[in-house]
Amino acid sequence: MRFAVIQFGGSNCDRDTHYVLSDLLNIETDLIWYKERLNRDYDAIILPGGFSYGDYLRAGAIAARTPIMNDIIDHAKKGKLVLGICNGAQICAESGLVPGTFTTNISNLFICKRVSLKVKNNKSPFTKNFNAGEVISLPIAHKEGRFLVDEVKGSGFSEKENVVFTFCDENGDNGNSSNPNGSLHGITGVLSDSGNVLAMMPHPERASELLLGSNEGIKIFTSMRDHIENSKK
Amino acid sequence: MNDLSSMLSPEDQGAIFAALGRKPTPLESACFENIWSEHCSYRSTRHLLRTLPTTGPGVILGPGDDAAIVRFSDTISLAVGMESHNHPSYVDPHDGAATGVGGIVRDVLSMGARPIALMDPLYFGNLNEEKNRYLLEHVVAGIGGYGNCIGVPVVRGDLVFDNSYKGNPLVNVVCVGTVSPGRFLTARVKKAGNHLVLIGSRTGRDGLGGASFASRDLSEESEAEDRPSVQIGDPYTEKLLIEAILEMAETGKLLACRDLGAAGLAGASSEMCGELGGEFHADRVHMRETGMNEVEIMLSESQERMLVEVSPSDVNLIGKIAEKYDLMWSDIGKVITEPYYRIYLNGEIVCNLPLDLLVDGAPPCEWVKTPYFPEKPYSPVQMDLKELALNVLSHPEVAGKDWVFTQYDHDVQLRTISIAHDAALLRLGGEMLALSCGCNPRHIYLAPRPGTENTVYENAANLACVGAKPLCIVNCLNFASPMHPDIAWQIEESVLGMGTMARKLETPVVGGNVSLYNESDEFNTTILPTPSIGILGKGDILQHKVPEEGSEIALVGVTGEHFGGSVIDTITGCGGAAPPTVPDVSCLQKIHDYVNSTFVGSVTDLSQGGLLAGLAELTPHARVKLEGDAVTNLFSETYGRFLVAFSNESNLKGLDYQVIGTIDGDSLFIQCGNRSIIINDDERTHAFETLTETLERKK
Repeated sequence: MRFAVIQFGGSNCDRDTHYVLSDLLNIETDLIWYKERLNRDYDAIILPGGFSYGDYLRAGAIAARTPIMNDIIDHAKKGKLVLGICNGAQICAESGLVPGTFTTNISNLFICKRVSLKVKNNKSPFTKNFNAGEVISLPIAHKEGRFLVDEVKGSGFSEKENVVFTFCDENGDNGNSSNPNGSLHGITGVLSDSGNVLAMMPHPERASELLLGSNEGIKIFTSMRDHIENSKK
Repeated sequence: MNDLSSMLSPEDQGAIFAALGRKPTPLESACFENIWSEHCSYRSTRHLLRTLPTTGPGVILGPGDDAAIVRFSDTISLAVGMESHNHPSYVDPHDGAATGVGGIVRDVLSMGARPIALMDPLYFGNLNEEKNRYLLEHVVAGIGGYGNCIGVPVVRGDLVFDNSYKGNPLVNVVCVGTVSPGRFLTARVKKAGNHLVLIGSRTGRDGLGGASFASRDLSEESEAEDRPSVQIGDPYTEKLLIEAILEMAETGKLLACRDLGAAGLAGASSEMCGELGGEFHADRVHMRETGMNEVEIMLSESQERMLVEVSPSDVNLIGKIAEKYDLMWSDIGKVITEPYYRIYLNGEIVCNLPLDLLVDGAPPCEWVKTPYFPEKPYSPVQMDLKELALNVLSHPEVAGKDWVFTQYDHDVQLRTISIAHDAALLRLGGEMLALSCGCNPRHIYLAPRPGTENTVYENAANLACVGAKPLCIVNCLNFASPMHPDIAWQIEESVLGMGTMARKLETPVVGGNVSLYNESDEFNTTILPTPSIGILGKGDILQHKVPEEGSEIALVGVTGEHFGGSVIDTITGCGGAAPPTVPDVSCLQKIHDYVNSTFVGSVTDLSQGGLLAGLAELTPHARVKLEGDAVTNLFSETYGRFLVAFSNESNLKGLDYQVIGTIDGDSLFIQCGNRSIIINDDERTHAFETLTETLERKK
């Protein structure tokens, strides 16, 4: 099993994500500078958080148009896993890997804090190790994380199929007061139609050790690992 | 071209003419004007800075370079620096504050260290004025926008409000980095014949004359006139520069490295060439604009640029790494043996100065010093006790700072254990790095020497409360103009006080900067003395939690009547006969040991807002009984006092304490003599949310 974490200019959670995968989970993981392209097969690709191209133009817009994204789209077309975290989620949306878009928070401010999330779908390769409806605590840190999507019929977006995480309060109730950025229906984790790409604004790599406040996020990485192991059997 | 020499004082012009035996060229004049400014040469304060203790077993490299190097463990050294970006942050708060972050981060980077944490002590005018809210909002957005983008967490800060800052807010930033011992770089060139390569952003006309700008007081027209002096930050390029310089340092081929900050390329290149000499070709610099003259090229303060020394055979290797990160570079000069600083433009010499004259030749300034005695006797507070308590808790220095720190990415790099206690806690190589910063300008104004001693003490007390011991101190000495005799005295007293407490704590002061002339013609104000410090400490990683119900509460230390400069003084104008006295430092060791025997979260030190603020913070659900005057007990700001929640009294052995209550119930009940108050959760939360609500325009 081999993972790759892609480094764009301005990525800043690349080393953190690499640390969680390789040091905490012992998964062989390569850090790939975007200019190097993908030169081998990977079981999973992670697009980490940060400010690729300084968020100039729109967050993720320029990174989504770099040549390495063609390699990543090919990888996804084979049904292999792609996880976009924060800026990586914005890149996924900008490159059409997932439906919808991430735009400026309703407060127009950067928000860094711990939030509660409800696991809406525990059947995905990224959430198998959670219970259905489980409430978890993960940190967010973004200014452009407000998820919006066209809900008209035929747009291909289905709240039932595509939504993995929503903001909620500690008791698991969704509502405006628990929605920090104004995302539609509090959605903050969205799957591709084929279910193998997850774009999420919260940072699971920052919730992977109790010492740093929570280890509930690491289950996203272990779910991916277990899914890959099972599919290889 | 204007005759720039007219901006130098007649005395300086005379000294320069006498040393050179000729009239300086326009570029030479501009170099003197900037490098001889207070910002670069410390000419008013050099003699005072020499009185600070700067050495110690943990100090690997003390003051004088871009940042200091201090031992953390066998495998980790820390690079640490602190800088102010005050004047630019008034003219353009977002970009001024952002480039302040960029500058100090590059100072740490130029030591070959990876920046891992930032702190930002900030000082503003009162928030009831729209302009001050605007300044705070944009400064915080500027710091966040820059720090978040480069992936360096802001983990700690300080906020002080006083109308002396309304025309002259202060933005101070501390940056901490890590480097392997023995692998750090310095800014001193090593060998004649080596090349000097400029890496990073292209040079434009922005920020011209910033060093001399920073050493001037702000005039009424400053916003319009000085705007070209403010630089625009590009954090994306800074992030690329961080990764590129660290990759270059990793090759072992970088022999020296320096950030381009105040006085631009002229400042960096002349100071770097130190005891050897240097020659540079201004026309080889990669530029953003055409038609720039040599003064503009050499003095520009365009951001995100570094100058490195490499041997001639390594220039291409270094260039390739720059190109990997899409950074431009140019091979602009070399180290020479003659002790001269020489600049060519299209083959013609436009500057040819003896280096020692330029870098070390600024004649020191002596100022007349006169003491002042501002004591205002205490007049008893008449306000209702409950009303006073809620006013204290909702004072912006006491209330929650969530509005600020939720705008900073404080978790990136996966080291932040907690930002909720008296100091920020970061894990580092299996141990804990603890960080605190700030100062108490109102106390310092009343008595600059003991006031500054107390400020250093209070920051060390914050470390003790998380079980850490101090490693080193950095400072930003922000004052008004030393041309006023009372200010000159204030500066001297403050620096002496800082040195006294640093020696008592056996903690070296390893770096910092001086920012003078913080005055505003617009409002006719001079800032309170603000010797702001950052302190770094080390300890074991301890359990941290909130104290349990049933725990008892002890007050350590003795409360005096210290109201002058206190939070209730700002609310009621009560004054105070004497500023707080300086406590004995031995208590810090005992508090440190106590925390190590229990957990982080069991102790808080008492500072702004006194005992009441401490109780509301540490033990919001408690029954407390005190003897004596209620106002003194609850609101006096005597130093050397701690609030401790304990379940085993034997742990307190050796501490001078009295038991004052129990954690119990669902509100804070305080009885003092025949007066009592109850503060329930809603009232406390509402008071603590005042800063957020003020800035969200809800109040």
